[in-house]
Amino acid sequence: MPASTGPADTAPVSTGQPVALEGILEEDVLVRVEHVTKHFPVRAGGLIRRTVGQVQAVDDVSLVIPRGKTLGLVGETGSGKSTLARCVAGLVPVTSGRVIFDGRDVTNLSRRAMRPVRRDVQMIFQDPYSSLNPRRRVGAIIGDPFAIHRTATGGERKRRIQELMERVGLNPEHYNRFPAEFSGGQRQRIGVARALALRPKLIICDEPVSALDVSIQAQVLNLLADLQQDYGLTYLFIAHDLEVVRHVSDSVAVMYLGRIGELGPRDDVYDTPRHPYTAALLSAAPAADPDTAAARQRIILTGDVPSPIDPPSGCRFHPRCPKARPLCSEQEPQLEPRLGDAPTHVAACHFPVEAGEDLAAAAPARSEVS
Amino acid sequence: MAALEAGAGLGAPPEAGALAARRGSGRLALAAFARSRQARIGAGVIAGIAAFCFLGPFFYHTNQVTVELGSGTLPPGGGHPLGTDASGYDVLGRLMLGGQSSLELGFGVSLATTVVGTLYGAIAGLAGGFVDAVMMRVVDTFLAIPSLVLLLILVNLFTPNLWIIIALLTMLSWLATSRLVRGEVLSLRTREFVQAARMMGGRRSRIMFRHMVPNAIGVIVVNATFTIADAILTYSALSFLGLGLPPPHADWGTMLSNGLNYLFDGYWWLVYPPAIILIITVVAFNLIGDAIRDSLDVRLQRP
Repeated sequence: MPASTGPADTAPVSTGQPVALEGILEEDVLVRVEHVTKHFPVRAGGLIRRTVGQVQAVDDVSLVIPRGKTLGLVGETGSGKSTLARCVAGLVPVTSGRVIFDGRDVTNLSRRAMRPVRRDVQMIFQDPYSSLNPRRRVGAIIGDPFAIHRTATGGERKRRIQELMERVGLNPEHYNRFPAEFSGGQRQRIGVARALALRPKLIICDEPVSALDVSIQAQVLNLLADLQQDYGLTYLFIAHDLEVVRHVSDSVAVMYLGRIGELGPRDDVYDTPRHPYTAALLSAAPAADPDTAAARQRIILTGDVPSPIDPPSGCRFHPRCPKARPLCSEQEPQLEPRLGDAPTHVAACHFPVEAGEDLAAAAPARSEVS
Repeated sequence: MAALEAGAGLGAPPEAGALAARRGSGRLALAAFARSRQARIGAGVIAGIAAFCFLGPFFYHTNQVTVELGSGTLPPGGGHPLGTDASGYDVLGRLMLGGQSSLELGFGVSLATTVVGTLYGAIAGLAGGFVDAVMMRVVDTFLAIPSLVLLLILVNLFTPNLWIIIALLTMLSWLATSRLVRGEVLSLRTREFVQAARMMGGRRSRIMFRHMVPNAIGVIVVNATFTIADAILTYSALSFLGLGLPPPHADWGTMLSNGLNYLFDGYWWLVYPPAIILIITVVAFNLIGDAIRDSLDVRLQRP
C-alpha cells in the first residue's frame, strides 16, 4: 500500500462482516462494532490551529460481543483500546463506522437520544481515585444514576443504594462517608456499585484492576465474575495484564496501533497465538511457575510502538516483527482464520505463527538483546 | 446520617438526598475552618479591624473635614491618642475612615473579580477549541502590559471615585482569576468522575453544578480572599503615588504617603500606624485564605 493516509477510504482492505460470528445467532449479539474508526486531529499553532495530522487511535475495528459473555481487549498503552471502549460507550464520537447495541444503531447519537441507552451501558473506570467525586458522599455517588434517571427517590433510593453496597461487599453503614475514607479496592467497589445501579446490560471495564494491589485485584475480579453470573451481564474488559484477561474473558481481542491483530476464543488465542505480536505479548507475561518461565522462549521486540499519527504501511506491526518480509510492508493482512483455525479464531498476519514455532530464533540477530 | 434520613423521610424531591450530602460537605468544611488556629486568628483580626473602622467613629468622634493648621503634627497624647497630621486631622480617627474605604474597596474588587473572572474562565474552559484560544489570548495580551503602568494611565483618564477605582482594579485582577478558573475547569473536565456522570446520562447542568462547581469552588474562594488583600495593597500603592482618591477622602496609602514627607522630622506617628494596620490587615486576609484552602481539602476534614 503506497503512502496512503486514510485506510478507511480504501475500504475493502480490512475484514468484512461477521468476524468470529459463526455459530452465534443474531439475537445473541449484544454489541456489534462495525468498521469503527476514530481519528483525533492533531493541531498546530495557536489561534489558527491548522490540522496537521490525524492520530489514528482506532482504525477500522470490527467485533461482536455476545450476550452474557466477556470480551477481553488487550494491547499496549496507546494501542487504542481505551478509545475503542469510549467509542462503544458513546463518550467520544466515532469518525466512521457503526456501533450497534442490542439491535439498535447508537452511533453518534445526540446526548438526548443517548439517554435511554445510558441505562444499559455503564462503565467502570481505571483509576478509583479520580472516578469518584471527592466532594460527594458514597450514598450520593452510588445514587447518582437513580437521581439522573429518576428511577428511585427518597427512602426507596436509599434502600436500593444500601442493597447495592452490600452486594459489592461494602458496609451499608458507610453510606455517609466520603471516598477519601476508603481504600483503593473499596473505592473500586463503589465504582462497581454505581455501574450496577441501573442494572445495565453491558459494563465496560476500562482496566478496572490495574490500579489495584494484586491481592485486591483478585477480589474485584471475582466480584465482577459473580455479578456477571447473577445478573447476566456482558463485559467489555480492557486490560494490559494478560493473565487477568485470561481469567475473565470468553474471547480475546489483541489490539496494536489502533487495529485488531488477533481475535478469537480465549483458549485458542492463548494456546495457539497466530499473530507474532500476540505470541510476543504472551511470552513476555511473567509466569507464576519458575519452570515454565525457564522453559519458555521470550520473544523480545525491539523498538517502540510507532506513532499512530503516521502508522507503518501494510501490516502495522511489520517494523518490529521478527517474521516480517517485504510483503508485510506492502500489503495489509486481512483478519481471517489462519492455518486451518476455527472460523472464530482470526488473525491479521501474512505469515502466522505455527504451533511450537520458535519465534525467538526467527528474530534477526540483535546485538542489543542481553 | 440523621440529616439525610430526615431529608429523605420528608418525602423530599428526588434531589433531597444529594442536597443533604452536599450541605454536609459544606458543614464539614466549616467545621474544619473553625478548628484551624490560622482561621480563628485571621477572622478575629479582620472582625476587629472592621469593627474599628466602621463602628469606631460612633464612639470616637473626630473632625476629619476641616483643616486646623493650628493643631497640626501634634505628637500622640492628650486628646489625640495617635497625634495629628500636618492638616490637623486626628490620626486615629483618620485610620478608621481610611480603613473603611480600604475594606470596601478590597471586598468590592474581590467580588467583581471573582464574578467576572470565574464566568470568563469557565466559559473559555467549557467551550474549548477556537473560542477558548481567542478568549485566553485576550487575557494574555492584557497580562503582558505591566499593571501599574496601565493603572497609572487609566487613573489619569478619570476623576477617581471609589467605584471607578474598584472598576479599574477589577480590570486588572480578573485576568489572573479567569486563568485559574479555566485551568481548573479544563482539569475537571477530564476527570473520570465527570466522564462517569456523562456515562450515566447526566445533563450538562448537573455535571456543572454537582461535579464541577463543588470541586472548583475552593480554588475560587481562596483566590477571592487573596484578591482582597491584593486589592488593598495595590490601592495603597496607588494612593502612595498620589493617584488615589482626592482629599478630604482618607485611606491608608495616602496617609502613609503624606507621613513619609515628615519622617525625617521625627513624626513617626504619621507613618507607623497606617503601615502597621495595613500589614496586619493583609496578613489576616492571607491567613484566612490559607485556612479556607486547608478546610476545603476533603482529606483534612474530620467527619
